[in-house]
Formats: sequence, C-alpha cells, structure tokens
Amino acid sequence: MTSKLIEAKNITVRYGNNVVLTDISFAIEKGDYIGLVGANGSGKSTLVKALLGLVPLEKGKIIYNDLNKFEHGIGYLPQVAVTGNTLFPAEVREIVGIGLLGQKKFPKRLTKEDHFKVDTILTRLGIIGLKHKKIGDLSGGQQQRVLLARAMVSHPKLLILDEPTSALDPRVRSDFFNLIEEINKVDQTSIVLVSHDLSSIKRYTRKMMLLDRELVYFGPSDEFDLNFGMAKGMHNHEHDY
Amino acid sequence: MSMIIDTITEALSYGFMQRAIIVGVLIGLSSAMLGIFLVLKKYSMIGDGLAHVSFATVAIALFLNTSPLLISIPIVIVASILIMELNEKAGIHGDAAIGLVSSFSVALGVLLSSISGGFNVDLFGYLFGSILSIQQSDLWLSVVLAAGVIFTVIFFYNDLFAITHDEAFSSVIGIPTKRRNYLIATLTSVTIVLGIRVVGTMLISSMIIFPTVAALQVSKSFKSTIVISSVISVFSVIVGVLGSYAYNLPSGASIVMINAVVFVSMMGYKRLVRS
Repeated sequence: MTSKLIEAKNITVRYGNNVVLTDISFAIEKGDYIGLVGANGSGKSTLVKALLGLVPLEKGKIIYNDLNKFEHGIGYLPQVAVTGNTLFPAEVREIVGIGLLGQKKFPKRLTKEDHFKVDTILTRLGIIGLKHKKIGDLSGGQQQRVLLARAMVSHPKLLILDEPTSALDPRVRSDFFNLIEEINKVDQTSIVLVSHDLSSIKRYTRKMMLLDRELVYFGPSDEFDLNFGMAKGMHNHEHDY
Repeated sequence: MSMIIDTITEALSYGFMQRAIIVGVLIGLSSAMLGIFLVLKKYSMIGDGLAHVSFATVAIALFLNTSPLLISIPIVIVASILIMELNEKAGIHGDAAIGLVSSFSVALGVLLSSISGGFNVDLFGYLFGSILSIQQSDLWLSVVLAAGVIFTVIFFYNDLFAITHDEAFSSVIGIPTKRRNYLIATLTSVTIVLGIRVVGTMLISSMIIFPTVAALQVSKSFKSTIVISSVISVFSVIVGVLGSYAYNLPSGASIVMINAVVFVSMMGYKRLVRS
C-alpha cells in the first residue's frame, strides 16, 4: 500500500474571476509534518479548504488514498476561534464529542465508549480538569486545546491546523508547537500546519510548502531558505520567542 | 385564590381561549426549541424579517383572492432559504440579508395592497396578534409543526449542535449542513406564519429570542438551554393569554411582557450568583 495519504494533482481553484490556486501538485505522506506558508492572499486557506472538500476544484483532482475523508481520516482545527461567544452553552466534553459524529449513523448518539474516547483525549492533552467547564469561560490557549481535542478524538491520520497559534501568547504558542510535534512523532499522525510565521514553523516541521497562488517550494524544511520566504512577502517572528 | 381559579375556569370554557392556549403553547414550544439554533448563529432577527415577508404574502393573497395561509407558508419558506443563501453565496451577513429581504417584502406588500385597493383585514390584529382569529386549521397545523420541531430537535440534535457551534468543521466531518439549515429555516418559517396569529407581526421575533436569551443566562449545557427556554416560553404563553383575558389586555403584548419579566429575572439571578 502506498504511504501517500493524499495526492493533489494539478489543482486549480477559482473564486469568480479570481484564480486563487494554479496548477498545484503535491502528496502528503504518512508521518509528514508540513508547514504550509505564504503571504496573505497566497491561497493557504483555500488550499486547506480544497483538501477538506469545502471548495470546488476548477481543474485537477485530489485523491484520498489511505483515508476516508468523511469518516474522519482528517482532523481539522479551524483558523478562527469559533467560541468567542462567551454565552455559548456547551461544556468541553460536548464540544469534543462533536469530533466523533463523522463516524456515526442516524440518529448519531454518542455511546459510553465514545465518552471514554473523549475522556482519553482530554487526559492526553492535559485538559481533563476542564471537562465540565463551559467553553466560553476558558482562556484562548485552553479553547485551542479543546478544539485540538475535537480534531483528534477520532484518531485521524491527518491533522490540518489552520493558523492555530495566531491568537496565542508566545509561551502558550511554544507549548502548543511542542504538543503538535509530540502527536506527530508518537502517533505518526501526519500534520499540515498553516502559518504566516516562517521561523517558528520551520523549526518544528520537517517539510515546508510555500504558496504564492502557485506552489513555489515544497521540500525539506532544513533546505528552505527563510530569506526566500520573506522575499515572497512573509514575516519572520523570531523575536516573539 | 378562588377568584383566580374561577377566572381561569371561565376563560377555558370558551372555544377561542382553548384554541389560543393550545396554539400558543405549541408555537411557544416550537419557537423556543428553534431559538437556540437561530440566536447562536446570529439569526435572531430572522423572525422579524420573515414576519415582514408574511405581511407581503397577505397582500399577495388578497391580490390573488386566495387564503393567506396557503400563500404565506411556501413564500416565507422560500424567503428564509433566500436569506441563508444570500449569507452563504453572496457573503452578505445574516442581519443585512434579513434586512434586504424584509424591507423588500414590506415594499412589495404595500405596493400590492395599494394596487388591490388597500387592506380589508383587521390590520391591528395582524400587527399585534388576535387570538380571536385562530381557526381550527391553525390548531392542527400547530400540532403538526410542533411534532416536526420536536422530532427534528431530538433526532438531529447532534448535527444541529455541531452546526451551531462550528459550521465549517461540521461540513468537514460530513454533516449535511445545508440540508439541516434548510430544515431549520423551513420549520422557523411555519412557526412565524402560525405565530403571527398569536402575537402578531411586530412581536413574533420575541417568541424566538426572549426564551433562549433568558435561558442562556442560567444554563450551562446546550440541552439544558433548550429545556429551560421551552419551559419559559410555555409558561409565558399560558400566563400571558390568561392574564390578557383577566385584565382585558392584548394577548400578544401580554405574552411578550411575561417573557421580558422572566428575562430580567434571569439576568438578575445571574448577577446575584456571580457576586
């Protein structure tokens, strides 16, 4: 069996008259840790949405080799903190349980075993103590971990993290990167981490993918030239750490 | 105490009061159960917008010389889907989409009524509700609606919860978000059309917003919010309708006032607990 989880072949995405991605081809392999970088408007989020099947492709195709997209072969941590509404009436365990619904048939009831899975992932991410807390009462870093738990609870083969640390302070950000690195190494979960923060992402990932509406670079992180990335309108936030 | 019981007994001896309470309770239950999905997705004012659409449909019905209910339900359903499509496809935010559809509808309603020689219906009753106008057919439609809402919320609970929390993530895990949104939009539309008989065009949105926002002050979980808001809504309808009979007040406004009192009490309770 191929070790390629996903293959993107010559994909092009267009929003109206605006071509956002042009002729992009790459493969994500088992155990990969890919940093997806690019300036604002370079097509990072669109590429993520294409991988998740949320936007139609104008050309090309995406082949899901060794995972079933809908039965949660892919875990996804969205860019925007969706729980900004402090009145949102849900406990942490309820939010994390959502991550298991993709595997369920009508009427999609969570079983005792599912609740055990939720407890296990909360323990693993060090937030079991927050299980009965209301999501809106948590700090930004805690909420991010809850959403990571939601993405991970179904044991996906691929985790896509869209700018996961942009709202976190530097210390929490560093903890978060360490946690993702551990998940990648211990579970062999493939990771695609989207960021506009070149230096930190290069430090943790093994491969880099630079987008500028087309694929500018895709290869080993240690061969990726930071100056080249900055020439493409990226920033170096090294001073944050 | 015996005076209150006598008044209630007397009120319930009338057919129109029985119909008003049954329809009111069923509409109250439906709007409260749908409310959480609309309020948390920032579609609170959809009730107001769809009520304006309903205004236009009455004018259309008069223009075509047919029953308002037959015209209202399908057109209001289409309008609710249009509001969601404007939001999704054209990127127009929920409040702006509601504003566009509702103001267009009022303008259309006014033009049509002008062409057809003006309204010959009780405008005050239409704007603020009239329990005297509740027919047996409204009662049966309300029973079907409430059954539909309860079935939807129970059997699609997890899908609706997931979509309300994070629609993009829900799509990623294969939840048919569009179909579920259309389902909620359809049920909301029927709730609005029927609810207008009880509280009127001007006040119907309160049936969706008040019970949910009051419940949000004290609830911790999603399920408990639905239960608490349903209890508040049913309580407000019963007390409001009976109170309006006892003191000869408009029933719709009375229901809304009871809702408002409950909301303020819940807010006060929350502050008290926090301090």
